[in-house]
Amino acid sequence: MPDATGLELLAQDLRAAPGLGDDAVLGAVHFRGQATLEVRPSAVRAVLARLRGQGYGFLASVHGVDYWPQEPRLGVHYELLDMSALDRIRVKLRVSTDAPEVESVTADWPTANHQEREVYDMFGVVFTGHPDPRRILMPEDYEGHPQRRDFPVGGEPVLFTKDHDRDYTR
Amino acid sequence: MSTLEPGTQAAPGAKSPYRRMEDSIDIATMEQPLAVFAGDEAEHELLTLNMGPHHPATHGVLRLLVTLDGEVVQDLKPIIGYVHTGIEKTCEDKSYWKAIPAVERMDYLSYYFNAHAYCGAVETLLDCEVPKRGQYLRVIHLELNRIKSHLVWLGTSALDLGAMSVWWYCFREREKILDLFEMSSGARMHTRYIQVGGVIEDIPAGFEAKLRGFLADMPNRIDQYGDLLTRNEILLNRLRNVCPLDEQTLLSLGVTGPLLRAAGNPWDLRKAMPYSSYEDFDFKIPVGTVGDNYDRYVVRLQEMRESLKIIEQALDGLPEGPHITTDRKIALPPRHELATSMEALIHHFKLVTEGFRVPPGEVYYPVESPRGELGCFVRSDGSSKPARVHMRDPSFVNLQAIAPMVQGNYIADLIATLAMLDPVLGGVDR
Repeated sequence: MPDATGLELLAQDLRAAPGLGDDAVLGAVHFRGQATLEVRPSAVRAVLARLRGQGYGFLASVHGVDYWPQEPRLGVHYELLDMSALDRIRVKLRVSTDAPEVESVTADWPTANHQEREVYDMFGVVFTGHPDPRRILMPEDYEGHPQRRDFPVGGEPVLFTKDHDRDYTR
Repeated sequence: MSTLEPGTQAAPGAKSPYRRMEDSIDIATMEQPLAVFAGDEAEHELLTLNMGPHHPATHGVLRLLVTLDGEVVQDLKPIIGYVHTGIEKTCEDKSYWKAIPAVERMDYLSYYFNAHAYCGAVETLLDCEVPKRGQYLRVIHLELNRIKSHLVWLGTSALDLGAMSVWWYCFREREKILDLFEMSSGARMHTRYIQVGGVIEDIPAGFEAKLRGFLADMPNRIDQYGDLLTRNEILLNRLRNVCPLDEQTLLSLGVTGPLLRAAGNPWDLRKAMPYSSYEDFDFKIPVGTVGDNYDRYVVRLQEMRESLKIIEQALDGLPEGPHITTDRKIALPPRHELATSMEALIHHFKLVTEGFRVPPGEVYYPVESPRGELGCFVRSDGSSKPARVHMRDPSFVNLQAIAPMVQGNYIADLIATLAMLDPVLGGVDR
Protein backbone atom coordinates (compact mmCIF):
# COMPACT_ATOMS: atom_id res chain seq x y z
CA MET A 1 0.00 0.00 0.00
CA PRO A 2 1.30 3.45 -0.73
CA ASP A 3 1.69 5.37 2.53
CA ALA A 4 -0.34 8.52 3.19
CA THR A 5 2.29 10.76 1.56
CA GLY A 6 2.68 8.48 -1.42
CA LEU A 7 -1.07 8.49 -1.88
CA GLU A 8 -1.19 12.30 -1.89
CA LEU A 9 1.62 12.38 -4.44
CA LEU A 10 -0.28 9.91 -6.57
CA ALA A 11 -3.40 12.09 -6.34
CA GLN A 12 -1.33 15.14 -7.31
CA ASP A 13 0.08 13.29 -10.28
CA LEU A 14 -3.39 12.29 -11.45
CA ARG A 15 -4.69 15.85 -11.12
CA ALA A 16 -1.78 17.12 -13.15
CA ALA A 17 -2.12 14.45 -15.82
CA PRO A 18 -3.17 15.69 -19.27
CA GLY A 19 -6.89 15.39 -19.87
CA LEU A 20 -7.83 14.68 -16.28
CA GLY A 21 -7.94 18.05 -14.55
CA ASP A 22 -8.09 19.20 -10.95
CA ASP A 23 -11.44 17.62 -10.19
CA ALA A 24 -10.47 14.16 -11.43
CA VAL A 25 -9.50 13.06 -7.93
CA LEU A 26 -12.09 14.03 -5.34
CA GLY A 27 -10.33 12.67 -2.32
CA ALA A 28 -7.63 10.40 -1.01
CA VAL A 29 -8.21 8.32 2.11
CA HIS A 30 -5.64 6.28 3.95
CA PHE A 31 -7.34 3.92 6.37
CA ARG A 32 -5.85 0.92 8.21
CA GLY A 33 -2.92 0.90 5.85
CA GLN A 34 -5.11 0.75 2.76
CA ALA A 35 -5.14 3.51 0.17
CA THR A 36 -8.30 4.72 -1.53
CA LEU A 37 -8.67 7.33 -4.24
CA GLU A 38 -12.11 8.72 -4.89
CA VAL A 39 -12.41 9.88 -8.48
CA ARG A 40 -14.91 11.67 -10.68
CA PRO A 41 -17.10 8.98 -12.31
CA SER A 42 -16.41 10.20 -15.83
CA ALA A 43 -12.66 10.05 -15.26
CA VAL A 44 -12.44 6.49 -14.02
CA ARG A 45 -11.20 4.92 -17.24
CA ALA A 46 -8.46 7.51 -17.68
CA VAL A 47 -7.45 7.24 -14.03
CA LEU A 48 -7.16 3.46 -14.21
CA ALA A 49 -5.14 3.74 -17.42
CA ARG A 50 -2.83 6.27 -15.77
CA LEU A 51 -2.41 4.04 -12.71
CA ARG A 52 -1.61 1.12 -14.97
CA GLY A 53 1.30 3.18 -16.27
CA GLN A 54 2.45 3.59 -12.64
CA GLY A 55 2.68 -0.18 -12.27
CA TYR A 56 -0.81 -1.12 -11.11
CA GLY A 57 -1.24 -3.61 -13.92
CA PHE A 58 -3.68 -6.07 -12.36
CA LEU A 59 -7.32 -5.35 -11.68
CA ALA A 60 -8.12 -7.66 -8.79
CA SER A 61 -11.74 -6.87 -8.16
CA VAL A 62 -14.64 -4.63 -9.09
CA HIS A 63 -17.47 -4.36 -6.62
CA GLY A 64 -20.47 -2.24 -5.95
CA VAL A 65 -21.53 -0.62 -2.71
CA ASP A 66 -24.78 1.06 -1.73
CA TYR A 67 -24.11 4.00 0.58
CA TRP A 68 -27.77 4.49 1.47
CA PRO A 69 -28.88 6.83 3.06
CA GLN A 70 -25.91 8.94 1.94
CA GLU A 71 -25.93 10.62 -1.46
CA PRO A 72 -24.78 9.86 -4.11
CA ARG A 73 -25.87 6.41 -3.18
CA LEU A 74 -24.08 3.94 -5.40
CA GLY A 75 -20.38 3.29 -5.37
CA VAL A 76 -18.13 1.23 -7.61
CA HIS A 77 -14.75 0.11 -6.32
CA TYR A 78 -11.78 -1.01 -8.39
CA GLU A 79 -9.06 -2.89 -6.52
CA LEU A 80 -5.75 -2.47 -8.32
CA LEU A 81 -2.66 -4.51 -7.66
CA ASP A 82 0.96 -3.86 -8.53
CA MET A 83 2.57 -7.27 -8.77
CA SER A 84 6.18 -6.08 -8.84
CA ALA A 85 6.05 -3.38 -6.16
CA LEU A 86 3.64 -5.56 -4.11
CA ASP A 87 1.27 -2.69 -3.70
CA ARG A 88 -2.47 -2.26 -3.74
CA ILE A 89 -4.69 0.74 -4.28
CA ARG A 90 -8.45 1.14 -4.40
CA VAL A 91 -10.14 3.52 -6.82
CA LYS A 92 -13.72 4.32 -6.05
CA LEU A 93 -16.43 6.47 -7.54
CA ARG A 94 -19.92 7.45 -6.49
CA VAL A 95 -22.98 7.87 -8.72
CA SER A 96 -26.58 8.66 -7.86
CA THR A 97 -29.44 6.24 -8.46
CA ASP A 98 -31.02 8.76 -10.88
CA ALA A 99 -28.28 8.53 -13.44
CA PRO A 100 -26.17 5.50 -12.49
CA GLU A 101 -23.92 5.53 -15.52
CA VAL A 102 -20.25 4.69 -15.52
CA GLU A 103 -17.99 4.06 -18.45
CA SER A 104 -17.05 0.40 -18.74
CA VAL A 105 -13.39 -0.48 -18.38
CA THR A 106 -13.79 -3.94 -19.93
CA ALA A 107 -11.98 -2.88 -23.10
CA ASP A 108 -8.84 -2.10 -21.07
CA TRP A 109 -9.29 -4.74 -18.40
CA PRO A 110 -11.02 -7.87 -19.75
CA THR A 111 -11.40 -9.20 -16.21
CA ALA A 112 -13.98 -6.49 -15.50
CA ASN A 113 -16.45 -8.14 -17.87
CA HIS A 114 -18.16 -10.48 -15.39
CA GLN A 115 -17.56 -8.20 -12.45
CA GLU A 116 -19.22 -5.17 -14.03
CA ARG A 117 -22.13 -7.35 -15.00
CA GLU A 118 -22.44 -8.38 -11.38
CA VAL A 119 -22.41 -4.75 -10.21
CA TYR A 120 -25.10 -3.95 -12.76
CA ASP A 121 -27.13 -6.95 -11.69
CA MET A 122 -26.91 -6.26 -7.98
CA PHE A 123 -26.90 -2.44 -7.87
CA GLY A 124 -28.20 -1.24 -11.23
CA VAL A 125 -25.10 0.69 -12.21
CA VAL A 126 -25.11 0.86 -16.01
CA PHE A 127 -21.71 0.40 -17.60
CA THR A 128 -21.74 2.19 -20.94
CA GLY A 129 -19.75 0.47 -23.63
CA HIS A 130 -19.86 -2.92 -21.93
CA PRO A 131 -19.77 -5.66 -24.60
CA ASP A 132 -22.41 -7.84 -22.93
CA PRO A 133 -24.53 -5.71 -20.57
CA ARG A 134 -26.83 -8.38 -19.17
CA ARG A 135 -27.65 -9.66 -15.72
CA ILE A 136 -25.31 -12.37 -14.60
CA LEU A 137 -26.48 -13.96 -11.34
CA MET A 138 -30.18 -13.12 -11.20
CA PRO A 139 -32.63 -14.41 -13.83
CA GLU A 140 -32.77 -12.24 -16.93
CA ASP A 141 -36.41 -11.24 -16.34
CA TYR A 142 -35.81 -10.26 -12.74
CA GLU A 143 -36.97 -6.83 -11.63
CA GLY A 144 -34.98 -4.69 -9.26
CA HIS A 145 -31.43 -4.78 -7.98
CA PRO A 146 -31.30 -6.95 -4.89
CA GLN A 147 -28.11 -5.70 -3.24
CA ARG A 148 -29.45 -2.16 -2.86
CA ARG A 149 -30.04 -1.40 0.77
CA ASP A 150 -33.69 -0.45 0.24
CA PHE A 151 -34.42 -3.82 -1.36
CA PRO A 152 -36.28 -5.86 1.26
CA VAL A 153 -34.66 -8.96 2.72
CA GLY A 154 -36.79 -12.08 2.77
CA GLY A 155 -40.45 -12.32 1.94
CA GLU A 156 -39.67 -13.35 -1.58
CA PRO A 157 -41.60 -16.47 -2.49
CA VAL A 158 -39.82 -19.46 -3.92
CA LEU A 159 -41.35 -20.07 -7.31
CA PHE A 160 -41.99 -23.55 -8.57
CA THR A 161 -43.42 -24.48 -11.93
CA LYS A 162 -46.16 -26.52 -10.32
CA ASP A 163 -47.79 -23.52 -8.66
CA HIS A 164 -46.78 -20.61 -10.83
CA ASP A 165 -50.40 -19.43 -10.98
CA ARG A 166 -50.65 -19.04 -7.26
CA ASP A 167 -50.95 -15.51 -5.91
CA TYR A 168 -48.29 -15.16 -3.26
CA THR A 169 -49.23 -11.60 -2.34
CA ARG A 170 -52.19 -12.69 -0.21
CA MET B 1 9.46 -55.93 -35.40
CA SER B 2 11.93 -55.86 -32.55
CA THR B 3 15.49 -55.07 -33.35
CA LEU B 4 16.59 -56.29 -29.94
CA GLU B 5 17.76 -59.87 -29.80
CA PRO B 6 16.30 -61.89 -26.94
CA GLY B 7 18.64 -62.02 -24.00
CA THR B 8 20.56 -58.84 -24.80
CA GLN B 9 20.36 -55.92 -22.45
CA ALA B 10 19.41 -52.45 -23.60
CA ALA B 11 21.92 -49.76 -22.68
CA PRO B 12 20.78 -47.65 -19.73
CA GLY B 13 18.71 -44.72 -20.97
CA ALA B 14 18.09 -46.33 -24.33
CA LYS B 15 14.52 -46.66 -25.48
CA SER B 16 12.79 -49.99 -25.30
CA PRO B 17 11.79 -51.66 -28.57
CA TYR B 18 8.19 -50.84 -27.84
CA ARG B 19 8.95 -47.16 -27.37
CA ARG B 20 10.98 -47.06 -30.57
CA MET B 21 8.16 -48.67 -32.51
CA GLU B 22 5.82 -46.16 -30.97
CA ASP B 23 8.01 -43.22 -31.91
CA SER B 24 8.21 -44.44 -35.49
CA ILE B 25 4.47 -43.90 -35.89
CA ASP B 26 3.71 -40.47 -37.26
CA ILE B 27 0.42 -39.38 -35.75
CA ALA B 28 0.36 -36.23 -37.87
CA THR B 29 -0.62 -38.24 -40.93
CA MET B 30 -3.59 -39.76 -39.11
CA GLU B 31 -4.97 -36.63 -37.51
CA GLN B 32 -7.93 -34.92 -39.03
CA PRO B 33 -7.22 -31.29 -39.75
CA LEU B 34 -9.21 -29.03 -37.42
CA ALA B 35 -10.71 -26.84 -40.15
CA VAL B 36 -12.66 -29.51 -41.99
CA PHE B 37 -15.28 -27.18 -43.40
CA ALA B 38 -12.96 -24.67 -44.94
CA GLY B 39 -14.52 -24.77 -48.37
CA ASP B 40 -18.23 -24.92 -49.10
CA GLU B 41 -20.36 -22.54 -47.03
CA ALA B 42 -23.59 -24.33 -47.88
CA GLU B 43 -22.65 -27.53 -46.05
CA HIS B 44 -21.15 -25.61 -43.19
CA GLU B 45 -23.46 -25.40 -40.23
CA LEU B 46 -22.65 -24.46 -36.67
CA LEU B 47 -24.27 -26.38 -33.87
CA THR B 48 -25.22 -24.73 -30.61
CA LEU B 49 -25.11 -27.21 -27.80
CA ASN B 50 -26.39 -26.72 -24.29
CA MET B 51 -24.24 -28.30 -21.61
CA GLY B 52 -25.56 -28.46 -18.10
CA PRO B 53 -26.67 -26.96 -15.76
CA HIS B 54 -27.08 -30.42 -14.28
CA HIS B 55 -24.22 -32.40 -15.63
CA PRO B 56 -21.57 -34.15 -13.57
CA ALA B 57 -18.77 -32.89 -15.82
CA THR B 58 -19.59 -29.25 -15.15
CA HIS B 59 -18.53 -29.65 -11.48
CA GLY B 60 -21.60 -27.93 -10.12
CA VAL B 61 -24.62 -26.16 -11.46
CA LEU B 62 -22.90 -24.54 -14.41
CA ARG B 63 -24.46 -24.14 -17.82
CA LEU B 64 -22.34 -23.76 -20.91
CA LEU B 65 -23.62 -22.69 -24.29
CA VAL B 66 -21.18 -24.17 -26.73
CA THR B 67 -21.06 -23.28 -30.41
CA LEU B 68 -19.62 -26.22 -32.25
CA ASP B 69 -18.14 -26.56 -35.70
CA GLY B 70 -18.16 -30.30 -36.06
CA GLU B 71 -16.39 -31.35 -32.88
CA VAL B 72 -14.45 -28.14 -32.54
CA VAL B 73 -15.52 -25.50 -30.05
CA GLN B 74 -15.93 -22.15 -31.80
CA ASP B 75 -17.35 -20.19 -28.94
CA LEU B 76 -18.46 -20.79 -25.41
CA LYS B 77 -20.59 -18.79 -23.02
CA PRO B 78 -20.85 -19.73 -19.36
CA ILE B 79 -24.28 -19.05 -17.90
CA ILE B 80 -24.19 -18.84 -14.14
CA GLY B 81 -26.42 -17.91 -11.25
CA TYR B 82 -28.20 -21.22 -10.73
CA VAL B 83 -26.98 -21.49 -7.15
CA HIS B 84 -27.07 -17.79 -6.37
CA THR B 85 -28.34 -17.65 -2.80
CA GLY B 86 -27.70 -14.04 -1.93
CA ILE B 87 -25.18 -14.75 0.81
CA GLU B 88 -23.71 -11.25 0.50
CA LYS B 89 -27.16 -9.80 1.12
CA THR B 90 -27.78 -12.16 4.01
CA CYS B 91 -24.58 -10.99 5.71
CA GLU B 92 -25.87 -7.42 5.81
CA ASP B 93 -28.65 -8.60 8.09
CA LYS B 94 -26.45 -10.40 10.60
CA SER B 95 -24.03 -9.17 13.21
CA TYR B 96 -20.40 -9.59 12.27
CA TRP B 97 -19.73 -12.86 14.03
CA LYS B 98 -23.02 -14.38 12.91
CA ALA B 99 -22.12 -13.76 9.27
CA ILE B 100 -19.19 -16.20 9.42
CA PRO B 101 -21.27 -19.37 8.84
CA ALA B 102 -22.99 -17.70 5.89
CA VAL B 103 -19.71 -16.60 4.33
CA GLU B 104 -18.22 -20.08 4.78
CA ARG B 105 -20.86 -21.55 2.52
CA MET B 106 -19.81 -19.55 -0.54
CA ASP B 107 -16.94 -21.64 -1.86
CA TYR B 108 -17.94 -24.87 -0.18
CA LEU B 109 -14.61 -26.62 -0.75
CA SER B 110 -12.51 -23.96 0.95
CA TYR B 111 -14.57 -22.81 3.88
CA TYR B 112 -11.57 -21.96 6.04
CA PHE B 113 -10.40 -19.55 3.38
CA ASN B 114 -13.77 -17.83 3.13
CA ALA B 115 -13.92 -17.44 6.88
CA HIS B 116 -10.32 -16.25 7.00
CA ALA B 117 -10.78 -13.62 4.31
CA TYR B 118 -13.89 -12.31 6.02
CA CYS B 119 -12.46 -12.37 9.54
CA GLY B 120 -9.24 -10.81 8.29
CA ALA B 121 -11.21 -7.93 6.79
CA VAL B 122 -13.15 -7.41 10.02
CA GLU B 123 -9.96 -7.60 12.07
CA THR B 124 -8.40 -4.95 9.84
CA LEU B 125 -11.42 -2.73 10.41
CA LEU B 126 -11.20 -3.33 14.16
CA ASP B 127 -7.41 -2.95 14.14
CA CYS B 128 -7.31 -6.16 16.16
CA GLU B 129 -4.17 -8.23 16.49
CA VAL B 130 -4.48 -12.01 16.26
CA PRO B 131 -2.23 -13.81 18.76
CA LYS B 132 0.63 -15.79 17.24
CA ARG B 133 -0.83 -19.13 18.31
CA GLY B 134 -4.12 -18.24 16.66
CA GLN B 135 -2.29 -17.37 13.46
CA TYR B 136 -0.40 -20.66 13.46
CA LEU B 137 -3.55 -22.65 14.16
CA ARG B 138 -5.19 -20.84 11.27
CA VAL B 139 -2.29 -21.72 8.99
CA ILE B 140 -2.50 -25.40 9.97
CA HIS B 141 -6.19 -25.54 9.15
CA LEU B 142 -5.93 -23.41 6.03
CA GLU B 143 -3.28 -25.66 4.58
CA LEU B 144 -5.21 -28.80 5.52
CA ASN B 145 -8.15 -27.23 3.73
CA ARG B 146 -5.99 -26.51 0.70
CA ILE B 147 -4.96 -30.17 0.52
CA LYS B 148 -8.56 -31.23 0.98
CA SER B 149 -9.76 -28.94 -1.77
CA HIS B 150 -7.04 -30.16 -4.13
CA LEU B 151 -7.97 -33.77 -3.32
CA VAL B 152 -11.56 -33.17 -4.34
CA TRP B 153 -10.31 -31.45 -7.49
CA LEU B 154 -7.95 -34.33 -8.28
CA GLY B 155 -10.56 -37.00 -7.70
CA THR B 156 -13.27 -35.35 -9.76
CA SER B 157 -10.90 -34.34 -12.54
CA ALA B 158 -9.51 -37.85 -12.85
CA LEU B 159 -13.08 -39.11 -12.91
CA ASP B 160 -13.81 -36.78 -15.83
CA LEU B 161 -10.82 -38.21 -17.66
CA GLY B 162 -11.98 -41.76 -17.05
CA ALA B 163 -9.80 -42.75 -14.12
CA MET B 164 -12.35 -43.81 -11.57
CA SER B 165 -10.13 -45.34 -8.89
CA VAL B 166 -8.27 -42.09 -8.17
CA TRP B 167 -11.48 -40.66 -6.78
CA TRP B 168 -11.63 -43.34 -4.07
CA TYR B 169 -8.00 -42.84 -3.08
CA CYS B 170 -8.41 -39.08 -2.90
CA PHE B 171 -11.52 -39.35 -0.79
CA ARG B 172 -9.78 -41.78 1.53
CA GLU B 173 -7.30 -39.04 2.47
CA ARG B 174 -9.95 -36.33 2.41
CA GLU B 175 -11.81 -38.31 5.04
CA LYS B 176 -8.78 -38.14 7.33
CA ILE B 177 -8.62 -34.37 6.95
CA LEU B 178 -12.31 -34.09 7.72
CA ASP B 179 -11.73 -36.23 10.83
CA LEU B 180 -9.09 -33.73 11.91
CA PHE B 181 -11.50 -30.85 11.32
CA GLU B 182 -14.10 -32.67 13.37
CA MET B 183 -11.61 -33.13 16.15
CA SER B 184 -10.64 -29.47 16.38
CA SER B 185 -14.02 -27.88 15.80
CA GLY B 186 -16.76 -30.50 16.13
CA ALA B 187 -17.85 -30.20 12.51
CA ARG B 188 -16.47 -31.83 9.41
CA MET B 189 -17.54 -29.18 6.95
CA HIS B 190 -18.29 -25.49 7.42
CA THR B 191 -16.56 -25.66 10.74
CA ARG B 192 -16.81 -22.04 11.87
CA TYR B 193 -13.38 -22.59 13.42
CA ILE B 194 -11.88 -19.25 12.42
CA GLN B 195 -13.36 -16.39 14.40
CA VAL B 196 -12.79 -12.67 14.44
CA GLY B 197 -9.64 -12.29 16.53
CA GLY B 198 -8.36 -15.85 16.28
CA VAL B 199 -9.82 -19.33 16.33
CA ILE B 200 -12.74 -20.60 18.38
CA GLU B 201 -10.85 -23.21 20.41
CA ASP B 202 -7.38 -24.50 20.97
CA ILE B 203 -6.60 -27.88 19.40
CA PRO B 204 -7.62 -30.77 21.66
CA ALA B 205 -5.34 -33.41 23.17
CA GLY B 206 -4.54 -36.06 20.59
CA PHE B 207 -4.92 -33.73 17.63
CA GLU B 208 -1.20 -33.28 17.23
CA ALA B 209 -0.51 -37.02 17.20
CA LYS B 210 -3.25 -37.60 14.67
CA LEU B 211 -2.05 -34.76 12.48
CA ARG B 212 1.52 -36.06 12.64
CA GLY B 213 0.29 -39.44 11.55
CA PHE B 214 -1.42 -37.81 8.61
CA LEU B 215 1.70 -35.81 7.75
CA ALA B 216 3.76 -38.99 7.79
CA ASP B 217 1.29 -40.83 5.54
CA MET B 218 0.41 -38.15 3.07
CA PRO B 219 3.66 -37.77 1.03
CA ASN B 220 3.38 -41.45 0.24
CA ARG B 221 -0.19 -41.06 -0.84
CA ILE B 222 0.66 -38.14 -3.11
CA ASP B 223 3.33 -40.37 -4.64
CA GLN B 224 0.61 -42.92 -5.26
CA TYR B 225 -1.58 -40.43 -7.10
CA GLY B 226 1.47 -39.43 -9.09
CA ASP B 227 2.20 -43.06 -9.93
CA LEU B 228 -1.35 -43.53 -11.10
CA LEU B 229 -1.55 -40.39 -13.19
CA THR B 230 1.59 -38.38 -13.85
CA ARG B 231 3.04 -40.74 -16.45
CA ASN B 232 -0.22 -42.35 -17.43
CA GLU B 233 -0.40 -42.56 -21.20
CA ILE B 234 -4.09 -41.64 -21.39
CA LEU B 235 -3.73 -38.74 -19.02
CA LEU B 236 -0.69 -37.40 -20.86
CA ASN B 237 -2.53 -37.51 -24.14
CA ARG B 238 -5.54 -35.81 -22.66
CA LEU B 239 -3.63 -33.08 -20.82
CA ARG B 240 -0.26 -32.36 -22.38
CA ASN B 241 -0.28 -29.32 -24.66
CA VAL B 242 -4.05 -29.15 -24.37
CA CYS B 243 -5.68 -25.74 -24.06
CA PRO B 244 -2.71 -23.67 -22.93
CA LEU B 245 -3.16 -19.99 -22.23
CA ASP B 246 -0.28 -17.57 -21.94
CA GLU B 247 0.57 -15.57 -18.87
CA GLN B 248 -0.38 -12.16 -20.28
CA THR B 249 -3.90 -13.24 -21.27
CA LEU B 250 -4.38 -14.85 -17.88
CA LEU B 251 -3.29 -11.67 -16.12
CA SER B 252 -5.56 -9.49 -18.21
CA LEU B 253 -8.45 -11.82 -17.38
CA GLY B 254 -7.62 -11.51 -13.70
CA VAL B 255 -6.78 -15.18 -13.30
CA THR B 256 -4.75 -16.05 -10.20
CA GLY B 257 -3.79 -19.16 -8.30
CA PRO B 258 -2.57 -22.47 -9.73
CA LEU B 259 -3.77 -21.52 -13.23
CA LEU B 260 -1.49 -18.49 -13.33
CA ARG B 261 1.36 -20.38 -11.70
CA ALA B 262 1.03 -23.14 -14.30
CA ALA B 263 1.76 -20.50 -16.94
CA GLY B 264 5.03 -19.68 -15.19
CA ASN B 265 4.14 -16.69 -13.05
CA PRO B 266 5.08 -17.45 -9.44
CA TRP B 267 2.42 -15.15 -7.99
CA ASP B 268 1.34 -16.43 -4.61
CA LEU B 269 -0.04 -14.07 -1.98
CA ARG B 270 1.37 -16.25 0.79
CA LYS B 271 4.85 -15.32 -0.42
CA ALA B 272 4.24 -11.95 -2.03
CA MET B 273 2.17 -10.28 0.66
CA PRO B 274 2.32 -12.63 3.65
CA TYR B 275 -0.55 -12.64 6.12
CA SER B 276 -1.22 -14.79 9.18
CA SER B 277 2.52 -15.48 9.74
CA TYR B 278 3.15 -17.16 6.37
CA GLU B 279 6.49 -15.35 6.34
CA ASP B 280 7.66 -17.69 9.13
CA PHE B 281 7.49 -20.78 6.97
CA ASP B 282 9.83 -22.17 4.39
CA PHE B 283 8.01 -23.40 1.31
CA LYS B 284 8.33 -23.28 -2.43
CA ILE B 285 5.92 -22.15 -5.12
CA PRO B 286 5.51 -24.77 -7.84
CA VAL B 287 5.30 -23.22 -11.30
CA GLY B 288 4.70 -24.66 -14.72
CA THR B 289 6.31 -23.75 -18.02
CA VAL B 290 3.75 -24.14 -20.80
CA GLY B 291 0.51 -23.33 -19.04
CA ASP B 292 -1.31 -26.32 -20.48
CA ASN B 293 -3.61 -28.67 -18.61
CA TYR B 294 -0.74 -30.93 -17.63
CA ASP B 295 1.07 -28.05 -15.90
CA ARG B 296 -2.14 -27.16 -14.09
CA TYR B 297 -2.34 -30.72 -12.85
CA VAL B 298 1.30 -30.97 -11.78
CA VAL B 299 1.30 -27.58 -10.05
CA ARG B 300 -1.64 -28.55 -7.86
CA LEU B 301 -0.13 -31.93 -7.06
CA GLN B 302 3.09 -30.25 -5.95
CA GLU B 303 1.19 -27.64 -3.96
CA MET B 304 -0.14 -30.40 -1.74
CA ARG B 305 3.41 -31.35 -0.81
CA GLU B 306 4.32 -27.75 -0.03
CA SER B 307 1.22 -27.45 2.14
CA LEU B 308 2.37 -30.49 4.10
CA LYS B 309 5.72 -28.79 4.71
CA ILE B 310 3.96 -25.67 5.98
CA ILE B 311 1.73 -27.68 8.33
CA GLU B 312 4.71 -29.54 9.73
CA GLN B 313 6.61 -26.31 10.40
CA ALA B 314 3.56 -24.69 11.97
CA LEU B 315 3.03 -27.68 14.21
CA ASP B 316 6.69 -27.79 15.25
CA GLY B 317 6.84 -24.09 15.97
CA LEU B 318 3.36 -23.71 17.46
CA PRO B 319 3.83 -20.90 19.99
CA GLU B 320 2.30 -20.87 23.44
CA GLY B 321 -0.27 -18.29 24.35
CA PRO B 322 -3.89 -17.49 23.71
CA HIS B 323 -5.57 -18.80 20.56
CA ILE B 324 -7.92 -15.84 20.27
CA THR B 325 -7.56 -12.19 21.09
CA THR B 326 -7.94 -11.32 24.76
CA ASP B 327 -9.90 -8.20 23.87
CA ARG B 328 -13.20 -8.93 25.61
CA LYS B 329 -15.00 -6.45 23.39
CA ILE B 330 -14.41 -8.74 20.40
CA ALA B 331 -13.98 -12.33 21.58
CA LEU B 332 -16.18 -14.23 24.00
CA PRO B 333 -14.75 -14.65 27.53
CA PRO B 334 -13.68 -18.18 28.50
CA ARG B 335 -16.50 -20.29 29.79
CA HIS B 336 -15.14 -20.65 33.35
CA GLU B 337 -15.06 -16.88 33.85
CA LEU B 338 -18.80 -16.63 33.42
CA ALA B 339 -19.41 -18.29 36.78
CA THR B 340 -17.21 -15.91 38.73
CA SER B 341 -16.96 -12.62 36.90
CA MET B 342 -19.84 -10.21 36.51
CA GLU B 343 -17.91 -8.31 33.86
CA ALA B 344 -17.37 -11.45 31.82
CA LEU B 345 -21.09 -12.13 31.96
CA ILE B 346 -21.87 -8.63 30.68
CA HIS B 347 -19.36 -9.00 27.86
CA HIS B 348 -20.79 -12.37 26.97
CA PHE B 349 -24.33 -11.02 26.94
CA LYS B 350 -23.44 -8.00 24.82
CA LEU B 351 -21.45 -10.05 22.33
CA VAL B 352 -24.12 -12.69 21.89
CA THR B 353 -27.06 -10.32 21.66
CA GLU B 354 -25.82 -7.28 19.80
CA GLY B 355 -22.34 -8.32 18.74
CA PHE B 356 -19.35 -6.02 18.63
CA ARG B 357 -19.46 -2.70 16.86
CA VAL B 358 -16.92 -2.00 14.17
CA PRO B 359 -15.48 1.44 13.36
CA PRO B 360 -16.75 2.82 10.04
CA GLY B 361 -14.53 2.23 7.05
CA GLU B 362 -13.86 0.07 4.02
CA VAL B 363 -11.24 -2.63 3.71
CA TYR B 364 -10.28 -5.33 1.24
CA TYR B 365 -8.52 -8.39 2.59
CA PRO B 366 -7.11 -10.85 0.04
CA VAL B 367 -5.89 -14.35 0.82
CA GLU B 368 -4.49 -17.10 -1.38
CA SER B 369 -7.23 -19.70 -1.63
CA PRO B 370 -6.76 -23.04 -3.45
CA ARG B 371 -8.16 -21.34 -6.55
CA GLY B 372 -6.43 -17.98 -6.40
CA GLU B 373 -6.96 -14.60 -4.85
CA LEU B 374 -9.95 -14.69 -2.56
CA GLY B 375 -10.57 -11.15 -1.42
CA CYS B 376 -13.18 -10.00 1.03
CA PHE B 377 -14.41 -6.43 0.92
CA VAL B 378 -16.21 -5.26 4.03
CA ARG B 379 -17.73 -1.86 4.55
CA SER B 380 -18.76 -0.88 8.03
CA ASP B 381 -21.07 1.97 8.92
CA GLY B 382 -20.22 1.82 12.60
CA SER B 383 -23.02 -0.52 13.63
CA SER B 384 -22.77 -4.16 14.64
CA LYS B 385 -23.78 -5.42 11.20
CA PRO B 386 -21.66 -5.13 8.07
CA ALA B 387 -23.02 -2.61 5.57
CA ARG B 388 -21.56 -4.55 2.66
CA VAL B 389 -19.71 -7.83 2.33
CA HIS B 390 -18.33 -8.74 -1.04
CA MET B 391 -16.24 -11.76 -1.94
CA ARG B 392 -13.95 -11.51 -4.89
CA ASP B 393 -14.18 -15.20 -5.56
CA PRO B 394 -11.42 -16.67 -7.73
CA SER B 395 -13.78 -19.17 -9.36
CA PHE B 396 -16.03 -16.35 -10.57
CA VAL B 397 -13.14 -14.48 -12.17
CA ASN B 398 -11.26 -17.54 -13.44
CA LEU B 399 -14.35 -18.81 -15.22
CA GLN B 400 -13.89 -16.02 -17.77
CA ALA B 401 -10.75 -17.77 -18.96
CA ILE B 402 -12.57 -20.92 -20.07
CA ALA B 403 -13.65 -19.48 -23.44
CA PRO B 404 -10.21 -18.32 -24.64
CA MET B 405 -8.75 -21.61 -23.39
CA VAL B 406 -10.99 -23.95 -25.35
CA GLN B 407 -11.71 -21.98 -28.53
CA GLY B 408 -10.47 -24.00 -31.47
CA ASN B 409 -10.14 -27.21 -29.49
CA TYR B 410 -12.19 -30.39 -29.38
CA ILE B 411 -15.23 -30.59 -27.15
CA ALA B 412 -13.66 -33.52 -25.27
CA ASP B 413 -10.84 -31.18 -24.26
CA LEU B 414 -13.41 -28.73 -22.96
CA ILE B 415 -14.32 -31.26 -20.26
CA ALA B 416 -10.68 -31.76 -19.33
CA THR B 417 -10.01 -28.03 -19.28
CA LEU B 418 -13.04 -27.29 -17.16
CA ALA B 419 -11.83 -29.90 -14.70
CA MET B 420 -8.37 -28.34 -14.61
CA LEU B 421 -9.87 -24.87 -14.19
CA ASP B 422 -11.45 -26.15 -10.97
CA PRO B 423 -14.37 -23.77 -10.57
CA VAL B 424 -16.56 -24.17 -7.51
CA LEU B 425 -20.03 -23.02 -8.39
CA GLY B 426 -20.92 -22.15 -4.85
CA GLY B 427 -18.17 -19.56 -5.06
CA VAL B 428 -19.09 -18.43 -8.55
CA ASP B 429 -22.71 -17.71 -7.70
CA ARG B 430 -22.45 -16.97 -3.98
